[in-house]
Amino acid sequence: MLERDKADYQKLLYWMMLTRAVDDRSISLLKLGKIPGTIFSQKGHEAISVGAACALSDADVVAPLHRDLGAYLVRGMTPGRIFSQAMARVSSPSQGRDVNTHGMGDLELGIIGYVSHLPQSMTVALGAAFSFQYRKEPRVALTFTGDGASSEGAFSESLNLAAVLKLPIVFVLEDNQYAYSTPSKYQYAIPDLVSRAAAFGLPGVTVFGNNILDVQNVVVEAISRARNGEGPTLIKANTMRMQGHALHDSAEYVPTELLDKWRKQDPISNYKTLLYEKQLLDDQTERNIITQIQQEVSDGVLWAENSPYPDPSTLTDGVYA
Amino acid sequence: MPEITFLEAINQALRQEMEADETVFILGQDVGVLGGAFKATEGLFDEFGRERVIDTPMCEYAFSGLANGAALMGLRPVVEFQFADFISTGFDPIVQFAATHHYRQRNPLPIVFRAPWGGGSHAGPFHSQCPESWFAHTAGLKVVIPSNPYDAKGLLISAIRDPNPVIFFEPKYLYRSQRGEVPSNLYTVQLGSANITRTGDDLSIITYGAMVSEATTAAEMLSKSGISCEMIDLRTISPLDSEKILDSVKKTGKVLILHEARRTLGIGAEIAAIISENAFEYLDAPIVRVTAPDTPVPYSPPLENAYRPNSDNVAEAARRLYNF
Repeated sequence: MLERDKADYQKLLYWMMLTRAVDDRSISLLKLGKIPGTIFSQKGHEAISVGAACALSDADVVAPLHRDLGAYLVRGMTPGRIFSQAMARVSSPSQGRDVNTHGMGDLELGIIGYVSHLPQSMTVALGAAFSFQYRKEPRVALTFTGDGASSEGAFSESLNLAAVLKLPIVFVLEDNQYAYSTPSKYQYAIPDLVSRAAAFGLPGVTVFGNNILDVQNVVVEAISRARNGEGPTLIKANTMRMQGHALHDSAEYVPTELLDKWRKQDPISNYKTLLYEKQLLDDQTERNIITQIQQEVSDGVLWAENSPYPDPSTLTDGVYA
Repeated sequence: MPEITFLEAINQALRQEMEADETVFILGQDVGVLGGAFKATEGLFDEFGRERVIDTPMCEYAFSGLANGAALMGLRPVVEFQFADFISTGFDPIVQFAATHHYRQRNPLPIVFRAPWGGGSHAGPFHSQCPESWFAHTAGLKVVIPSNPYDAKGLLISAIRDPNPVIFFEPKYLYRSQRGEVPSNLYTVQLGSANITRTGDDLSIITYGAMVSEATTAAEMLSKSGISCEMIDLRTISPLDSEKILDSVKKTGKVLILHEARRTLGIGAEIAAIISENAFEYLDAPIVRVTAPDTPVPYSPPLENAYRPNSDNVAEAARRLYNF
């Protein structure tokens, strides 16, 4: 079992609150017309992305997706770089070539960016895990996938290949009940996606994705297995996507009662309540966290806004290395 | 210099690069114990072991994606597709991730995706294809198709050392039928550089892959009739060596483009466009294309022989062009 001190508990809260603050500010920026594309809301996914990323060591590699903003932040991607990516500025990780969290990789931070074809990050993470095995390094790759992506062929190919090669990799499947407008019952016909793990001969674990402590615990265990040469694990984390697919989507197809039910399960407010109950958080500390986050977010927006757009004369640069 | 087959040249390039650079590894179906469906990787499993010559399950998508991740971490994967026809099942990681990665993220992505390519072996619609246009149309990939053992070895070594994803198609018709002198040491043939294999004044034949030998036979026949052909072996399909193409056109004024791939939006269409944009005033005749028709590759020998261009088709088209 993972040992945590007070600071560790508070750090998890901080990362989740920062994730939400960056998300909220991104939505404001979008509404103000400062983001030319769109963004994907993070609400409901904070405990999964933060909990999983906090289970990794510095030398490990993560391949996060569009609802894993927390993982980018935990690995050291600054809010300013994240805003500048959505705002299509030259200082962003993709220098304005890729949209919102897509292509927001930074190998120095151990982050591999994703492309829209979602199960593909599973295959890329396989390659990172393969390189660790190849060089006999005690490192682990972790990636995310979703209920929608689980129906793609690459999902099955990846689980199979990971199991056959016994690669040091952890797959975190975020089942947020909707792939765009398609609910889980039209996505898969089995009771729980975690049984896909057994189908390919790797361990599968289900966790409540809105409980960050549970998420971190199961990921730590899976990482430790991987590091010990025991191969891959599929973790299925249940949650609910609390907003539309992207911000343009009002998601009227999601029943109100379902959202109401899950609103009571908010990963951040529930965790905060728990910390107060266990006397791991007090008012002053919470205020300090909020102040720090507000400052970081404001600084980040300023930094991004001060960054220029890419020069059109660079359009064809970098097609080849 | 020792004379070896096209296949042996490929095998030699792989072995020597693996000896020289321990980040190079081979990945694909049946590449290990069997040594590949065509034996291109024969002996490498014994020499380098299971760690560096990896037999994968049947999963072109996953192993192509694995190559992407491994390359990001500093390895140099050489992926073998059993046939170029099967590359479609691994298309996504190549054209979406690998091709765009450097443009978006500025990390090198050194990968070679190799595949036995092309027809002439009566292997039917799904073991004979020439899908180079799919990849030439995708920004960020290099596409290489050698025509002889010397180039095959030198180009493959260059492809492995290149910091970009390279599609490397090997005309399987030539694997065992073509022998040539190949230095036993490591050497490179530059990517993106066409080869003038024959100089001439009357017309330019621009081609690549297995069609180079058909064109050579045709050029020899034509020279007996007093028609002097210049021949360009492209070697790299993307990026094209426009300079050598245009220089030759400016010299001869007549162009015949020959490829084994289908006609519509084949590489020939792009070459014709480049010529008409840049050397229109030098042309003395319309550009001629000799290609396969727009059909799947048929199995039955009389059908495939009619499908695939040969030296007679080339000579006939060249005579008409000469007399224009």
